[in-house]
Amino acid sequence: MARTTDPIALPELTTDDLSRYSRHLILPEVGMEGQRRLKAARVLCVGTGGLGSPLAFYLAAAGIGTLGLVDFDVVDASNLQRQIIHSTKDIGRKKLDSAEEKLRALNPALNVVKHETMLSSANAFEILKDYDIVADGTDNFPTRYLVNDACVLLGKPNVYGSIFRFEGQASVFATEQGPCYRCLYPEPPPPGLVPSCAEGGVLGILPGLVGVIQATEAIKLILGKGESLIGRLLLVDALNMRFRELKLRKNPECPVCGPNPTVTELIDYDQFCGIMPETPQEKTVKNGIPQLSVKELKRRIDAGEDVFILDVREPYEYQIANIGGKLIPQNDVPQRLAEIDRDREIVVQCRSGARSQRIAEFLKQAGYAKVVNLAGGILAWSDEIDPKVQKY
Amino acid sequence: MIILVPTPLRPFAGGLDAVKVSADTVAEALTGLTLAHPELRRHLFTSDGKLRAFVNLYLNDEDVRYLPEKEATAVKAADTLSIIPSIAGGD
Repeated sequence: MARTTDPIALPELTTDDLSRYSRHLILPEVGMEGQRRLKAARVLCVGTGGLGSPLAFYLAAAGIGTLGLVDFDVVDASNLQRQIIHSTKDIGRKKLDSAEEKLRALNPALNVVKHETMLSSANAFEILKDYDIVADGTDNFPTRYLVNDACVLLGKPNVYGSIFRFEGQASVFATEQGPCYRCLYPEPPPPGLVPSCAEGGVLGILPGLVGVIQATEAIKLILGKGESLIGRLLLVDALNMRFRELKLRKNPECPVCGPNPTVTELIDYDQFCGIMPETPQEKTVKNGIPQLSVKELKRRIDAGEDVFILDVREPYEYQIANIGGKLIPQNDVPQRLAEIDRDREIVVQCRSGARSQRIAEFLKQAGYAKVVNLAGGILAWSDEIDPKVQKY
Repeated sequence: MIILVPTPLRPFAGGLDAVKVSADTVAEALTGLTLAHPELRRHLFTSDGKLRAFVNLYLNDEDVRYLPEKEATAVKAADTLSIIPSIAGGD
């Protein structure tokens, strides 16, 4: 690792540092040398969202010298339920700019490096090379594998955290002696099997818990103290407030970090995760289900056509906003087929078009001849047809 | 023994977060699970009956892959089998 640990070469602490970090300095596990190591450290946060918010904040508070931030997204109101580094006034603003402002307000001595880009195989090495540790706060499988492989190939520890609804995972991958992400998960799940936070929902506090665990692990690596999560998978169940630990081993046949690696350079991770680029065809047909635009649905309704809208969301969502569809929550559909007319064309609708697509495919398999998916769901209806329909 | 069902797979296990099965080995426990909840089968196994690579099985805190007898490992009533799928959320 390129990190400086030679005490002579570590940066000196200023008088401001000595007063700011006094609570660290009096800890035997940190002390002057530990604080100087933190000051010398360069950590890259991939993502300034749910995990990235507490991660970046606590690293800045701890006195990390250089914090790199990777994000290309803009602050949205729905982020503020958990991405606490952003404020209401930042809605519409670049996340990187919002994050930098708050981090420098907390710690003006912090060197913030903004990487306004989507991490890809083309730029990952170039971006990661100047950092000592990478903290992964991304939200999709292709990037998880990309970060892992890049860290292994460059020899940088990957402080890992991930969340889903109210469960989280944390570990430290890609160290020489420990396993990497692929040792645990050699293959990604098929696309669509594990919903994103936008589709599955997430308890707002959860990335707070897991992000701070990641920050803790990064700091421990820098200090060289305590027992790292290398070789351990921490499982967090926030709903039942249970923490469990599983043993992780280096896979002797790991294609990236094993003794006989077959992955020696970065690959096409979208392809690896089975995500095909959307063909023009798919805008109109996806997995055999025709996609109906909200504009076309509106036209049909206005023309007095016989339209059966099947709304597969949950009752509380229907209460927030609906377009008059028949509500049968997705999990109830198999038992309530009698209520869905086989002779009519069924327009399946949900919030964003994801659940409705799955139910449409299910109906097709169940023998329904005329099923279409409302592309973009009620969100698209609100955006394009009737803004009075509440988005959520 | 108890099999712990992770959040992404609960919709296919009738919403349950834990399933009790009687079994002598890990493999038997899995069979018991998929008999009780057939929808789980395609999420856990490939068409040729192998455990999917993005699903990890832990007997107590040990990865079944690394146990000498893997799925043939004997289990006790007090043991816990955990299914650990990959999750990617971070945003």
